[in-house]
Amino acid sequence: MDVGTFCAQSHVLIVAGKGGVGKTTMTAALARMASRAGYSVLIVELEGKSGLTGAFGLEHDLGYEEVEFHASAPGQGCVRARRITPDDALVEYLEDHGLRRISKRLVNSGVVEVVSSAIPGIRDVLVLGKIKQLERDGVADLIVVDAPATGHAITFLTSASGLVSAARGGPLRTQAADVVELLGDPARCRVILVTLPEEMPVSETIESAFTLEDKGGVQLGPVIVNATDSLPEGLELSAEEAGAGLDVDPAHLRALEEARRFRLERHSISAAQIGRLAQDLPLPQLLVPKIDSAGIGPAETDTLASALAVAVGALVPEAPAP
Amino acid sequence: MSALGTLVTERSVIVCCGSGGVGKTTVSATFALAAARAGRRACVVTVDPARRLADSLGVESLPNTPTEVEGDWPGHLHALMLDSKGTFDDLIHTYARTPEQAEGIMANRLYQNLVGALSGTQEYMAMEKLHELVESGAFDLVVVDTPPTRNALDLLDAPRRLTRFLENRLFRALLLPTRMSLRAVGLATQALLRTLSKVAGAEIVQDAVAFFQAFEGMEEGFRVRAGAVRRLLADPLTAYVVVTTARPDAVAEASFFAEKLTERHVAPAALVVNRIHPHFGEPGPDRDGEGDRADRFSGPLGALEANLADLNEVARSEDGSYAALAAQVAPAVVGRIPLFGADVHDLDGLKRTADVLFA
Repeated sequence: MDVGTFCAQSHVLIVAGKGGVGKTTMTAALARMASRAGYSVLIVELEGKSGLTGAFGLEHDLGYEEVEFHASAPGQGCVRARRITPDDALVEYLEDHGLRRISKRLVNSGVVEVVSSAIPGIRDVLVLGKIKQLERDGVADLIVVDAPATGHAITFLTSASGLVSAARGGPLRTQAADVVELLGDPARCRVILVTLPEEMPVSETIESAFTLEDKGGVQLGPVIVNATDSLPEGLELSAEEAGAGLDVDPAHLRALEEARRFRLERHSISAAQIGRLAQDLPLPQLLVPKIDSAGIGPAETDTLASALAVAVGALVPEAPAP
Repeated sequence: MSALGTLVTERSVIVCCGSGGVGKTTVSATFALAAARAGRRACVVTVDPARRLADSLGVESLPNTPTEVEGDWPGHLHALMLDSKGTFDDLIHTYARTPEQAEGIMANRLYQNLVGALSGTQEYMAMEKLHELVESGAFDLVVVDTPPTRNALDLLDAPRRLTRFLENRLFRALLLPTRMSLRAVGLATQALLRTLSKVAGAEIVQDAVAFFQAFEGMEEGFRVRAGAVRRLLADPLTAYVVVTTARPDAVAEASFFAEKLTERHVAPAALVVNRIHPHFGEPGPDRDGEGDRADRFSGPLGALEANLADLNEVARSEDGSYAALAAQVAPAVVGRIPLFGADVHDLDGLKRTADVLFA
């Protein structure tokens, strides 16, 4: 599948995954990949301190106002980013409902905290409602959302359907119903799960995927398997075999052999987990190789965007729905 | 006895903190195992819903009560998996004045969702369970594997948050006896409720009011309990351990967590860096120089030399990534667990981890 087709499939991509799997890095790489294919992208960050700005070479944290990471250029779409917090979304919601004067007072007095704690999922629905509004307004060709870590992401994405069944009427229910509609329509929104080729992340991804589909009516896109280990050639022979007849320090030969075995073992774990994921979760996979780097900056984001584009290129287009 | 060893033999509570995916559950279990090996009665509380800990400890399941894990150690090792809702149910039963009141709360549609919706509930329930286990007197050491918190402060704020929730003006107004009805509620509150009804829908607000009223008379019990949990968390016999991997993003999270703990006067007693890539062999100067790379990598051992150099480069870069964190948490002890060739998924794996960490 070519990258353009992939980017045009849904207006919103929600990137979710267990903490530490590189969710934010993949958010940045997806955005960069789409921008290089000519699409304008808005990244939405929901939690602070995600490292998103660093992935684009900026230092300060994101705020409610949009920041431009990449200007549009011939053949390239721009990449912009902003943060949406529940408090911001709530204030905006109240203002949209004619309560501009008291919105600050409601938030500051703690009343909102009590009510939002008692009414399940209200905060999540407000945030998703804001994303829905951005999608409706067509603020960018593609909106990429850096979702909370799974666990919370499941609550986050299933809150709307929970609220729809808990509330019998009212404007909030309408808002929740709109969100459910957004999440259920693959042409508008899909969830991209990110995982690592390790036992625990793979198990959690399989479990989350089924929970999200069953409870949230969420549409899942391909799963990104981050930091896959490609096995270099030439590790078939043991150090002793390869070094036969050579004058090599025995201690060094031992180190070479230990390193060889370690690499082979880690690789076989990684391959086995990718296989298990493919078997237990019938979703296409995007394999992104591990990059050796002390941190993620613009250069690494570009490298990963290219790797992601290669993986997207290897996707087999789905047969059109009957 | 290593400095980390002192922690498991002398403290009565160890709280393991860190972001998700760093192996907190395994590290927590390793601490409890080390205590059992030192002859203590230890219990590890996990919030990880995966069956992984149960599997690795070789027990069938871990209900909300401690299950003993049999093994060749002089002490006792117990484990339990936190059931947030079950723990909340128990709390309601403890503080409800009548069984009917407890039933009334549990029957409310909002209650089912509250456990997940009230921010920090899972964190609070983990702390609640911890308090219960310590109070039971059945254990010398309780190790808590904390939830992968979105916000580092959730954990320490949890008891305070619940108390604040119960002390809120609106909440208190709503707690007035039902018979007095809304007439007794101040005009300001009535106006507020009307506004909220307009925004959220009248039925949702009515449900919320009914829900709060069901809690009538229970807030004092909750408040006392929250105070006790808070004192336990600040007790000198409670140790905080920050767990991380050497990945730069995990290190950044751990650093943030350590900073927040220190601000709260509960500075971490130890830092555990998990899954560190091992160094192979002695890196001689000639091996690391760029000059002879091409020569070395083209010979019969070329692929093996390149692999060795790659792995050692990863290890070196990892050493650098957590060096600043180790300095930041000083004088906290730094424990290192290497990335093993195979993943830790059984009791033998835990024992091997404990051997390395408490060597």
